[in-house]
Amino acid sequence: MQILVCLKQILDPEVPPRDFQIDRGRRAAIQGSANLVTNIFCENALETALQLRERSEGEISALSIGPASAEDVLRKAIALKVDHACLVEQEVAGSGSHSAITARLLAAAIRKLGTFDLILLGREAGDWGAGQTGGLLAEELGLPFVGFVDHIEAADGGVVLRRQTDTGWEKVRAELPLVATITNSEENVPRIPKTRDIMKSHRKPLTTWKPSDLGLSEEDVSSAADALEVVDLYIPEKTGECEFIQGESIEEKANAFAARIAAVVQRAGV
Amino acid sequence: MKNVVVCLMPGAKFDRATGGLFGAARRLDAPLTAVIPGPADDELVATIAQQADTVICADASELTAYQPELTLAVLQTVCEQLQPDIVLLSGDTYSQELTPRLAGRLGGSSIGDAQGLAIEGDHLRVTRSVYGGKAMAVVELRRSPAVVWVRARSFDPEPARETPGTVETRAVELSEAARRHVNATEIIERHVETTGDVRLEDATVIVSGGRGLGGPEPFEELKQLASTMGAQMAASRAACDAGWVPPHWQVGQTGKKVAPELYLAIALSGASQHLMGIADAKVITAINTDEDAPIFRHCQFGIVEDYRNIVGPLREKLASLLS
Ligand SMILES: Cc1cc2nc3c(=O)[nH]c(=O)nc-3n(C[C@H](O)[C@H](O)[C@H](O)COP(=O)(O)OP(=O)(O)OC[C@H]3O[C@@H](n4cnc5c(N)ncnc54)[C@H](O)[C@@H]3O)c2cc1C
Ligand SMILES: Nc1ncnc2c1ncn2[C@@H]1O[C@H](COP(=O)(O)O)[C@@H](O)[C@H]1O
Repeated sequence: MQILVCLKQILDPEVPPRDFQIDRGRRAAIQGSANLVTNIFCENALETALQLRERSEGEISALSIGPASAEDVLRKAIALKVDHACLVEQEVAGSGSHSAITARLLAAAIRKLGTFDLILLGREAGDWGAGQTGGLLAEELGLPFVGFVDHIEAADGGVVLRRQTDTGWEKVRAELPLVATITNSEENVPRIPKTRDIMKSHRKPLTTWKPSDLGLSEEDVSSAADALEVVDLYIPEKTGECEFIQGESIEEKANAFAARIAAVVQRAGV
Repeated sequence: MKNVVVCLMPGAKFDRATGGLFGAARRLDAPLTAVIPGPADDELVATIAQQADTVICADASELTAYQPELTLAVLQTVCEQLQPDIVLLSGDTYSQELTPRLAGRLGGSSIGDAQGLAIEGDHLRVTRSVYGGKAMAVVELRRSPAVVWVRARSFDPEPARETPGTVETRAVELSEAARRHVNATEIIERHVETTGDVRLEDATVIVSGGRGLGGPEPFEELKQLASTMGAQMAASRAACDAGWVPPHWQVGQTGKKVAPELYLAIALSGASQHLMGIADAKVITAINTDEDAPIFRHCQFGIVEDYRNIVGPLREKLASLLS
């Protein structure tokens, strides 16, 4: 099976709120002291692909669109033993909500890279949380799509996917080729590359293209071509103070806490 | 005037989420058409007619329950006929899955998790949380139709209209283009693991556990506490990823968006991504050993304590207070 995984580099989403800053004029986050990391759901997607390759034969290609720094996410993927890696160098205009442009770039790169049975993306990027790229890419490529997948098995020339729903899970039988987005589960917690493999990854080949190498013009990837415009970005006001329940003993504290909780529960009429 | 279409999913019910979805749509103050794909019972149709100007029961013989490709093809076909400027969907798995695809097929623009909607000039503007809840963005959808899934329970439902809208049953003939993948995927098994009678999203009281619990066993103690309070159980992503509790217990940016009267967070730090799921909770309270845990900044009251010391006595006291 030929698997392609789309990886996005983002500002570390675990940066605490007090260290998080934005440039309101540019309507973008400021990197500050925060690290750039691989989006967690992309890592879940790569882990799902690696497990699938362990169970059935195949190759994995990793693809990322971003500034030169995005090479790091691909080097990490190489350290985890993907077979091919490709970077399309393109500053994704400060914001990650431009899914339509991203999907167009991904589709053009995928066509140039070859044919794939399975194209995996994260369910959403941890920065802008758009969750649109997978579905849009499926439409760009004219392929069927399944979202929120957490496990994939090869079966009868196709695949059986397990995906999470609001109330549990479903199994979906699918023909290939297919686009799917991956969500987190206890089974696809990303493995950590060995330090030695990270060192070695820097000597491995990595394809680097510009949008023009994909036959796309400046205009195709400019904000004018975009379906969305971010008109404002702001940090909402903080909420009030917490009243800490005090007491001489555990019992006193528990009683006081219980009384406060009971008052709310009774008011709610449970 | 914008032409607004609300797309339901096969098997949808008129619950709080559907009420919120129509609440959001009706506040746009524009002609409103509701599309129900697949079989719809009369009661649902009548209730929806109290919300929309027109209800279209889109009937395609093969569509008996949600199937991604077929549902998409039916909605695409009906939207091509209706030529909407704005298409709104709810926040369930299926609606989220179809939103970008429908936009792609209709040549429009898409975004999800709308917490606010407004028409500005020619375009729809969506307010939504970004950066894991640390910032808010206002995004303008420039290509028509604007296809958006909304955080439905964040919108208040609107009362029934005085005169119900018209109801039309429309046989949907799928075009060649629309039906190209309808057999490429098929849901072959559906597994419902509800945590109780009430869905987490509709729960009035929620007890939620985090990584600080250290394993699956303490969740048993939390379940007893929850049953004393008439509460539903939830968890942080850390607890779900560890496999201590099932994934659909997860609350947050990529989990359930809940709106209880009371949310009790135990040994859970309150990362911004988790807080995104409880933005609509009325009262948040927490048990945590760390007084600097971010969760406390969102609590009306809370207790700095090891959960192992407090959960037992708390349950006993609540049992007597609430009996
Ligand atoms: C893109 C993205 C999406 C995400 N989506 C979600 C989401 O939907 N939902 C979600 O929950 N997370 C989500 N996360 C993860 C989130 O960032 C946090 O990592 C996660 O919520 C932390 O879970 P936690 O609070 O249980 O664990 P921790 O942050 O480890 O907190 C554990 C807490 O337990 C306390 N504690 C420890 N021992 C005790 C004790 N004995 N008694 C009392 N307290 C104790 C500690 O003081 C600490 O505050 C997402 C992350 C990303 C990047
Ligand atoms: N710049 C990018 N490069 C590679 N993949 C991307 C990029 N942007 C988004 N994706 C993919 O699309 C998924 C969802 O992103 P989004 O739609 O932006 O929330 C990510 O998890 C990635 O798999």
